[in-house]
Formats: sequence, C-alpha cells, structure tokens
Amino acid sequence: MPKFFYKRKLDEIEEKARPVHINSYRQLVWTKFKSHKLALFGAVVLIGVAFFTLLGPLFVEVGYEDMDFSNLFSPPLTEGHPFGTDELGHDVLVRVMYGGRISLFVGFASAVITTLIGTIVGLLSGFYGGIVDRLLMRFVDVMLSIPMFPILITLTLVFGSGIMNIILVLTVFGWMGVSRLVRGLVLSIRETEYVMSARAMGVRNGRIILRHVLPNVIPIVIVSATLNMSYAILAESSLSYLGLGIQPPMPSWGNMLQRAMNYILGTTTGTNPWWLTVFPGFFIFITVLNVNFLGDGLRDALDPKFVSES
Amino acid sequence: MKASPMVEIKNLKKWFPMKSGFKSKSNLKAVDGVDLHIYGGETLGLVGESGCGKTTIGRTLIKIYEPTDGEFLYRGGDSSEGGVDIFSLSESKMRPFRREIQMVFQDPYASLNPRITVHDIISEGLRVHSMGKSREERKSMIAGILEKVGLRPEYMYRYPHEFSGGQRQRIGIARSMILNPGLVICDEPVSALDVSVQAQVINLLEDLKHDFGLTYLFIAHDLAVVKHICDRISVMYLGRIVETAETDQLFDNPLHPYTSGLLSSIPVPNPHMRKIGKREIVKGDIPSPVDPPETCRFVKRCPRAFDRCCKESPSLREVSDGHFVSCFLYD
Repeated sequence: MPKFFYKRKLDEIEEKARPVHINSYRQLVWTKFKSHKLALFGAVVLIGVAFFTLLGPLFVEVGYEDMDFSNLFSPPLTEGHPFGTDELGHDVLVRVMYGGRISLFVGFASAVITTLIGTIVGLLSGFYGGIVDRLLMRFVDVMLSIPMFPILITLTLVFGSGIMNIILVLTVFGWMGVSRLVRGLVLSIRETEYVMSARAMGVRNGRIILRHVLPNVIPIVIVSATLNMSYAILAESSLSYLGLGIQPPMPSWGNMLQRAMNYILGTTTGTNPWWLTVFPGFFIFITVLNVNFLGDGLRDALDPKFVSES
Repeated sequence: MKASPMVEIKNLKKWFPMKSGFKSKSNLKAVDGVDLHIYGGETLGLVGESGCGKTTIGRTLIKIYEPTDGEFLYRGGDSSEGGVDIFSLSESKMRPFRREIQMVFQDPYASLNPRITVHDIISEGLRVHSMGKSREERKSMIAGILEKVGLRPEYMYRYPHEFSGGQRQRIGIARSMILNPGLVICDEPVSALDVSVQAQVINLLEDLKHDFGLTYLFIAHDLAVVKHICDRISVMYLGRIVETAETDQLFDNPLHPYTSGLLSSIPVPNPHMRKIGKREIVKGDIPSPVDPPETCRFVKRCPRAFDRCCKESPSLREVSDGHFVSCFLYD
C-alpha cells in the first residue's frame, strides 16, 4: 500500500465534477451525437428507409412478382401504381420496398464484416510487426492481385447466386483496403509515448491493443465502414448486371437500375420510362448519403477532443 | 551514501541493425558500452547533445528496447543482496520491476492517451500490479496522488486535452508515482514545457523524491536544470559516457574536453562575469553513430586531440575520488 494512501470523501469529489465531467462515456457520446444535426438527420432518414423497406410490404397486397399486364410502362401516379410500372407490369413501389431489404442487408452485412476482418488483420499486423506483419501483408497483396470477376463467375457456377454468396464474395475481396489503412495507423500509434508507457508498466499486449490502439483507430475505421457500405450497395448492382448477383424476378435496387438501362433511351412505345431509374436510384442515393452523414457524426461523437460548435 | 550503488549498469549496448541495400549489414550504435551507477536516494543526471543516446538508455533500461548487450543490476528495497540483472529476466519475472522502475516521458502531449480519462490513465498501473482492492479504493488513491502532484482530485474525470502542458506532465508524473516506485527514469521531463512551468515541475519532482524516498535517473540537455536537481552527472557523447562526477566537481573542474566545451556553451547573463578567451567552443556536428571507428568518439571535434586518440578508444577511469573520465589526457 503506498505511503500516500489516505481516505477522502469520493462523494465530495464527484459532486464537484458532476456538472460537466462525471457523465459516463456513453452519455458523453450520445450528448455529442445529438448536437451533430446532420448526423441526427442521417440517422432519422436511415431509420425511415429501414421502416419503409421492412414494414412497407405489409401494407400492400401486391407482391414483387405480380404483374399487371394492362399497365406496362405506366408512369407514376397511375391508378394503383404510385411509382409506375415496368416493362412486365411489376409495381415499382413494391419492388423498391422489397429491393431495399436486400440492398440494405447486403450493404450493411458486408460493410460490418469487411471492417471487422480488416481491422483485426490491420491491428495484428501493425502492432506485432515482424514476421506476422510480413505474412499478413503478403497475403493482402495476394488477395488484391486475384481478379475478382473470374472467381465470382466460378463461384456462382458452383454455388449458384444468392444473397449469402454475394456477401461472401464482397467480404472476401473487400477487407484488404481497411486492413492496410488500419495497419498504417497502428504503426504510428505503436510508437507513441502512451503505448510505451503502458508497456513500461507491464500492461499486456492484448490490453494495449484494445485500450490504447483500437480507440485511436476507430474514427478512421468508422468512416471507412460507411464508405464500404456505399460501395457494397453499388457493387451488388454491378454483380447483378453480370448475372452474378440477385436474380430477377427478385428485386434489388441495383438490379432494378440495371434492367432500366435497357429502356433509358426510350421504349418501343416511344416513351422514356424515367421512373424505372429515378426511384431505385433515389433510394440508393439517400441511403449512401445518410450513411456517410451518420458515420461523420459517430466519428466526432467518439472523439473526446471534439467539441461541437453549437 | 557511498555504500554499494542501488543501480549498476555495466557495458550497456543498444545497436539498431540497419538495412542498407546491397551493402553488408551495418549497425546504428546508439548506446555502445555505457557504465553507470546510481546510489539509492540520489539524482544522477545524464546529459549530452541531441542524438547521443540518452533517451535510448532510458528506454532500454525499462526494456521498451531490447538491450543488445550488458547488465543492469538492481538492488531494490527488499530484494536480497547482490541484486537482480533486470536484462536477464523473462517478461513474467520482470513484472514486479515494471512497478519498481518507472519512467516519466518527455512529451506531455504524446504520453497520455487522448481517448481515456485521467482516472483510467492513472488506474491502469494499479490494475496491472493489483494495487487497491476495489474500484472505490483505487479512486481514492488516485484522488490522493492528484492532490499530491498539485491537481484537483475531481480532474480525474476529465480527458487529457482539457489540460495544459504542465498539468499533463503532472498527470504523467502521477501515473508513475502512484505505483510507489524505487527508481524513476525522467526522460527530459521538462524540456517540452515553457520555462516558468519547468521550474514548477522540477520542484514537484524534488518534493516527491523527498517524500517518497525516490532515486532519479534524470535525462536532460539543459545544463541549468541538471545543475539544480542532480547530485552527480554523467556526460554522454555519441553512445558513450565521457565523464562522471559530482555536480559541483563537474562544473568547477571539468576534465574531458567535451565537458568543458559543453559547460562553456552555457550563456552567462552578466557580461562582467564572462571569462573572455577561456571558452572552448566545440565545433562541428555530432558524427554519425552508424558503425563508428574504434577511436576516441570525440577525436574529430576535440581541440586537444593527439595521435593516440585516432588509434585506440579510451575507457572510463577513476582519476580522483568519484570522478570518472574517459580521455587519454588523464592516462
């Protein structure tokens, strides 16, 4: 027991600190997040989109496969079809709702998994260095040099196309960027004096990584995770285009866009069905944009140094 | 006090291997055969210009850098006679000494993790070394040490960015002192602070030393600070100790040409006190520590070098009581 140990009314100390500082970290983060108006807006919009896609289909009787043959290419606000119909008489509104489930799920799941894998690999590689670093980084190089599409085609031939396969492919080929990013940051954090101090006191490596290194890479990781989500939503659409993604008649925002491309210059009937691209495109746009707003707000809220101007 | 030293460092070497393309492997010899001894309760100053290896010594002693060669005998408060060679210990056996030997870092802005509170920064060491039975008890220990270093206890809930440089350095000092160490390595603890704050932190370090019975290895390049706080001083040049003596003796009677050059570089405020013509200016820059030749390290800049200095390397010899110098002039 140190010689200077003496009892002091902790309550009294906490009373003095309470007005500003005693808030738990979680409260602090929440307070700051709330004051970030754009992030709050982003969160609200995303929750709205989620409700729209998850609960929306419960209120309509038409399924995404149902066709209305009397209304092909009917424009928005046609009776019974607020967003219009496509070349087969599918209701665009219904397909946007069902497609959103798939796009959001693919985007979210692959963003989370790639970020997780990339962060873990980057932390280990950067922190331990030496042979661990060399092995992991050469593996990253190998992964980056594998052409994605031939592998994809093979995989689809073997396993068939499906949501899980898309997520699998997007994560297997998507984590390397994050890992390089994190590794670079860890290399500099590893040499800081606060990490040295922890080492000098005998803190174990695992704890140093979790306590000192990880919190300092989190802001960058969050931003890259939001970018990954946008990327995954868009990548799914290009995979669908190659026939490797979500297959019609099942809709996703991506494959709706891709199919609409065939008619963008006008149809046999002479009209330009803009609603086929605008609606799924709009949803991709607001989702990606608001995910980025949300990520921005999270990054600021998690940084104790950041004090919002408001 | 002149009994057996508490810390004995023998022939400490720290070489950093360098890869240089197709050439054969060379070594950056940051520390190359250093002998130091520190008596219990004293402050040993370690001075030298930038790049001479002072910081490397500090970091090697707490095994942030793995030593290339040498012994570090430590006779702590309750360990048996003869001491322990810290360098030969495994990481698990080293653990108690990671509490016993503490370090105060140079840069108060880089030495505190910006993402955790002061409480978490200071309590980390307590948790590692199982000090304090409960969270409440640790909290009151932290409150105590914060008051001791001159900060308000309620500051424990704040984050490092809310403090000034001097306050941050006090937090760093609290982090080390709460572990009740025997030896504290101060790695230029005040060089990043402005002058008025330097004095406060120096006084704090002296008070703590007195109250807790500490021993300091005080690494610095500011001679005024060193003269004020140190009992004995070792002067370092390019990875080696060139002279060790008691503070007064070193300042009054510097033997090594490098030491006298270093001392005459101290500006004298009063023009009438300046010793005109007696200044020995050391010219040139510190040479590269990459594979230095086996001569006297100082020979290229030494005003009093003679032919022997270019042929062999002098070793540290005791020329008078407690005054060690590494120079052929005194052979």
